[in-house]
Amino acid sequence: MSRTPKRDDPRNVILVGATSGIARPLGRRLVARGWNLVVTGRDAARLAPLADDLRVRGSGTVATLVFDPSDGAAVAGLFGAAAALLGAPPDGIIVCHGTLPDESGALLDVGQTRDAIDAGFTSAAMILAAAARALEDRPGAFLAAISSVAGDRGRQSNYTYGAAKAGLTAYLSGLRNRLHPRGVAVITVKPGIVRTPMTEGLAAARSPLAADADTVARDIERAILRRRDVVYTPWFWWPVMTVIGAIPEAIFKRLKL
Amino acid sequence: MSPAPQTLSGWGRFPVGDSVVATPADRAGMARALGGDHGAGIIARGLGRAYGDSAFVAGGTVVETARIDRFRGFDPQSGLLDVEAGVSFAEIIALFLPRGWFLPTTPGTKYVTVGGAIAADVHGKNHHRHGSIGMFVERIDVMVADGTVVRCSRGENADLFHATLGGMGLTGMIMAACFRLVRVETSRVTVDYHRTADLEETLTVFESGDAGSEHSVAWIDCMASGRAMGRSVVMQGRNTLLGELSPEARRDPFGLPRKRVKSVPFTPPVGLLNSLSVRVFNEVFYAAHGNRRKVVDLDTFFYPLDSIRHWNRLYGPRGFIQYQAFFPRKSSLDGLRELLSTIVASGAASFLAVLKSCGPADDAMLSFLEPGHTLALDIPYRRGVIEALCGRLDRILLEHGGRLYLAKDALMDGTTFRAMYPRLDEFLAVKRRYDPVGLFASSQSRRLGITPA
Repeated sequence: MSRTPKRDDPRNVILVGATSGIARPLGRRLVARGWNLVVTGRDAARLAPLADDLRVRGSGTVATLVFDPSDGAAVAGLFGAAAALLGAPPDGIIVCHGTLPDESGALLDVGQTRDAIDAGFTSAAMILAAAARALEDRPGAFLAAISSVAGDRGRQSNYTYGAAKAGLTAYLSGLRNRLHPRGVAVITVKPGIVRTPMTEGLAAARSPLAADADTVARDIERAILRRRDVVYTPWFWWPVMTVIGAIPEAIFKRLKL
Repeated sequence: MSPAPQTLSGWGRFPVGDSVVATPADRAGMARALGGDHGAGIIARGLGRAYGDSAFVAGGTVVETARIDRFRGFDPQSGLLDVEAGVSFAEIIALFLPRGWFLPTTPGTKYVTVGGAIAADVHGKNHHRHGSIGMFVERIDVMVADGTVVRCSRGENADLFHATLGGMGLTGMIMAACFRLVRVETSRVTVDYHRTADLEETLTVFESGDAGSEHSVAWIDCMASGRAMGRSVVMQGRNTLLGELSPEARRDPFGLPRKRVKSVPFTPPVGLLNSLSVRVFNEVFYAAHGNRRKVVDLDTFFYPLDSIRHWNRLYGPRGFIQYQAFFPRKSSLDGLRELLSTIVASGAASFLAVLKSCGPADDAMLSFLEPGHTLALDIPYRRGVIEALCGRLDRILLEHGGRLYLAKDALMDGTTFRAMYPRLDEFLAVKRRYDPVGLFASSQSRRLGITPA
């Protein structure tokens, strides 16, 4: 049985959705610590330059894996494939992939609703299920996933996305409860608005509350090192969401949020 | 979805203009940004450290390279670094100084991107020895007007290479480049300070030290007049060797002191750098630097102003311009004298005035420097006054065969520009070849008549 890793030991980590706006600076921070990464993405053409960048920046191994998070068979084989690429079993995973459905105009139709929930919840839950099986006997391992403050309360502007993220938050909470006795950390990351390619062009991205992706990446890095349970990033979303969560529904339903 | 235009300026905060801004994350995104109607034109922008109006186009589109920021490869044998355009010099230093590598040459701020540095063909304190950054660039990948990426070097598409180097982004968007880093043994610079009494002595100290010193620069007191005109503190430095460090410092040869970064938090309603405050500063600075040798860290030597974030706000809401003039060697003493006396007589305060000796010209078509001297100074913006002063300074430059640096220029007219840059027609022919409809334009290129106004 492997010993419990110390805080600064190099890790073997799978970064799912590595080309996403938050994962990019996060990957850079992790390789700067000497960690070994398997970076995954759907598009090989975007993954290769990302991996080259991480290799120049870091000293560890960086391997690429073209991977579709909605493909059940691929998810089931993820840890085996990553172990083969790294030459060692992974002891951490960070789930960063995601899309933001456009809920600003008409109501989403049936198909769009399913796609949004699959993208925000189903695929992440499948990956976390596979990760839990692979890591449950590795004390010191960690699972981290990017949920959202949007999952704390449904608002008219993005409740489908929010519902998927609420599901993810609940899933992570249950998984944490289950894996805690085995020494495995489960980290729920709840960013607010982040300036990334995903939010580019949205009015919200120009809001004073919008954060840089690297600020969020720094908070995630810190949360992983400290094995935190739930982190809001930037920190001020915690009091903001506490207030929003406390508003009675009779009032909340009248608000334009 | 057409995003609202943003008001942009250069580092001098004068002039300003409204452009639609795109921030693509990869090559496909850059190609997408090229599509559609761009009104006045389209221009790439890095960290916005060019002083004037070269990195925006009023009524057009600005493509920020902030997310085009990947390292592509590094060869530790040759020092050849392959990077995307949006990677900053600060990032390169943070990553490579601890491994024993430094930039081959660097401007006075590390907050510039590789793309911007190549577009302006930047130079540093070692120009007299090694020339500008172009001397170290092996290859540039340029996204030209039709969205294709053309690789160019001195051997391949050489026309595009020589036009893009120093071409102010007007041949296309620089996507990536390959250039050489140089080995250093420590993160320190050994500096000799010489205080000189006047301009002639300053140039003599340059002359005598140029052969030996890797880096040389003079801080020049622009308020001093009469016999003291041109009095300076000349700083000549070389990279400190490992063996010269104390045994204690040798344990961390590439360490840099963690400095508290100060910041100018807001723009004061009036500029704080006026002739009185500058005169006091200059007296103190001149008096404080005697002739001596000192070992300082790289940040202190190369980037003194980077320790004050937003220092450009000190000039107040109207901003300032930086005037950087070059004189060829045969006329530099006379030219500099005339320039300095005109500035002194105008009473225009200059906080930062820097004189440098220049070496080999590179092969850029719009190359700025060749053997001679270059003087850079800040002038607070005052409507009417500054236009008249700069017009007089431009004429002095022309009379002495000098030229003005495009990365700083904000006011020059097209006729003056044409007279200063004799290879302009050659440049325009290359631009037409790769950009037949004249898509790439900046407010500066329109002012200077490089592209139609």
